[in-house]
Amino acid sequence: MAFPKICGIETEYGISVRDTSEFNPILTSSLLINAYAKPAFKRVKWDYEEENPLRDARGFERPGAEAPPDDETGLVNVILPNGARYYVDHAHPEYSSPECSNPRDLVIWDKAGERILEDSIRSAKEIVPDGQPVLIYKHNSDGKGNSYGCHENYLVDRGTPFPRLVKHLIPFFVTRQVFTGAGKVGVENGAEACDFQISQRADFFEVEVGLETTFKRPIINTRDEPHADPEVYRRLHVIVGDANMSEIATYLKVGTTSIMLKMIEDDYIADDFTLSEPVAAMKAVSHDPTCKQTVKMADGRSLTAIELQWEYLRLAKKYAQENLSEDVMTTDVLDRWESVLERLEVDPMSLHRELDWVAKLSVLQGYRERDGLAWDHPKLRLIDLQYHDVRVDNGLYYKLQRTGRFETIVTEDEIRYAVDHPPEDTRAYFRGECLRRFSEKIVAASWDALIFDLGDEPLRKIPTLEPTRGTKERVQALLDKSPDPATLIANLSS
Amino acid sequence: MPERTRKAKPQEEEKVQPEETKAAQEDSAEVDDLLDEIDEVLEQNAEEFVRSYVQKGGQ
Repeated sequence: MAFPKICGIETEYGISVRDTSEFNPILTSSLLINAYAKPAFKRVKWDYEEENPLRDARGFERPGAEAPPDDETGLVNVILPNGARYYVDHAHPEYSSPECSNPRDLVIWDKAGERILEDSIRSAKEIVPDGQPVLIYKHNSDGKGNSYGCHENYLVDRGTPFPRLVKHLIPFFVTRQVFTGAGKVGVENGAEACDFQISQRADFFEVEVGLETTFKRPIINTRDEPHADPEVYRRLHVIVGDANMSEIATYLKVGTTSIMLKMIEDDYIADDFTLSEPVAAMKAVSHDPTCKQTVKMADGRSLTAIELQWEYLRLAKKYAQENLSEDVMTTDVLDRWESVLERLEVDPMSLHRELDWVAKLSVLQGYRERDGLAWDHPKLRLIDLQYHDVRVDNGLYYKLQRTGRFETIVTEDEIRYAVDHPPEDTRAYFRGECLRRFSEKIVAASWDALIFDLGDEPLRKIPTLEPTRGTKERVQALLDKSPDPATLIANLSS
Repeated sequence: MPERTRKAKPQEEEKVQPEETKAAQEDSAEVDDLLDEIDEVLEQNAEEFVRSYVQKGGQ
């Protein structure tokens, strides 16, 4: 039986300062985070002990290839009361959502990240009132060949052979772009020219499988850092996704991938959908907004991305009927998946109220027609960029959404609540609640541990290696009868 | 702001129009409204703004 799909999303945001190119992105990112984080949370350090980005899922460890430079590891790095991590990574502010138990919750806590960035801009303005405003974009490329990631993470059964994940996920990732893409004007990284493409990220993938994330990017990333019991779990680190503004796109991205992973864990997929040239197919699919482009299969067939997605949906529906019939959200994901594929097949532009790339293309086409703009006009590139501005009064996605032109699936109240509160049904609850109640006694924390300083004694570490524990149901009573961390630790050990 | 003219839609003409044309005109009016609203928030000096937006690579 497949494992529960605990999931999270980490996003590196684009950062800029108005009217100057003379700014230091690392210092500005630090300013944002420092301005936002309350002093009580800032003094809790991130615990790096269990981190090892060079451990490879294929079973080996690589020396030194991509270790973060020393000057980056000491940067601002805070844990928020909603269980998220907010820090500077590769010269970008990064928000790593808390662990969520389902795709809809992840939409909420991912959106909470956008609000946290927006609130940070406001807080920074209070600290530096005369400074130029900081601008933040939730996207993946500057249009000049520099890309930064929006990574999904899924809890996966360690017993599932890694080659099986690779085999089934490559064709799925290459083709899911038709609904996960955030849209981009032009091409990058030496790709063949086109006016507009479906994905922000597709041009940056150069190999099928690998450990790297900042160059020679692989469709399947092999980083093996489970942040959980390594005997039982993997954390699948998915780096091919676009950062989505659309709630529906995030919901489908995470929902369909979760179902795929369950099917793979249960070895349910007998068909072989191997592509003959996945890296080229990734770009070919992205470069065709009509969604008619076919990709070549290893068995000689040629299918469109939508046709291949229909195959996965057919299997997923059968699998769900046999294994997940009680799961209301799975049913909802499958229904939406089907509805989106049906309409993409007839007229992709009909999805302009649901999918990022379609909404963006629709606005761009409107400008092209009204103002007679050629595809290389800077105004179109500006629209491409400003679509992702996180400020709800200035971002073009928010312009569409706040005027009823874009569909949503969660409420603003839910998002606002998630800014300060953790999800209740994963270990993020325990982390967030401990932070809220006992931050002055916590010296460090990470995904899988909290470290307390109780005074005279040595530091006390509470491991949180099981992502499905530490839920409200399991620990609230315990927390409520622990007025201080010493009592909590005593209660935990009894 | 670029000049723009919206076609007038006299009442009487509208009555005899086929449904499709009417829908197309409504769509087009809706797009015009949207673009006007976007014009209000779009950053000034697109060329310079886009040129100076350069990021350090990330993951």
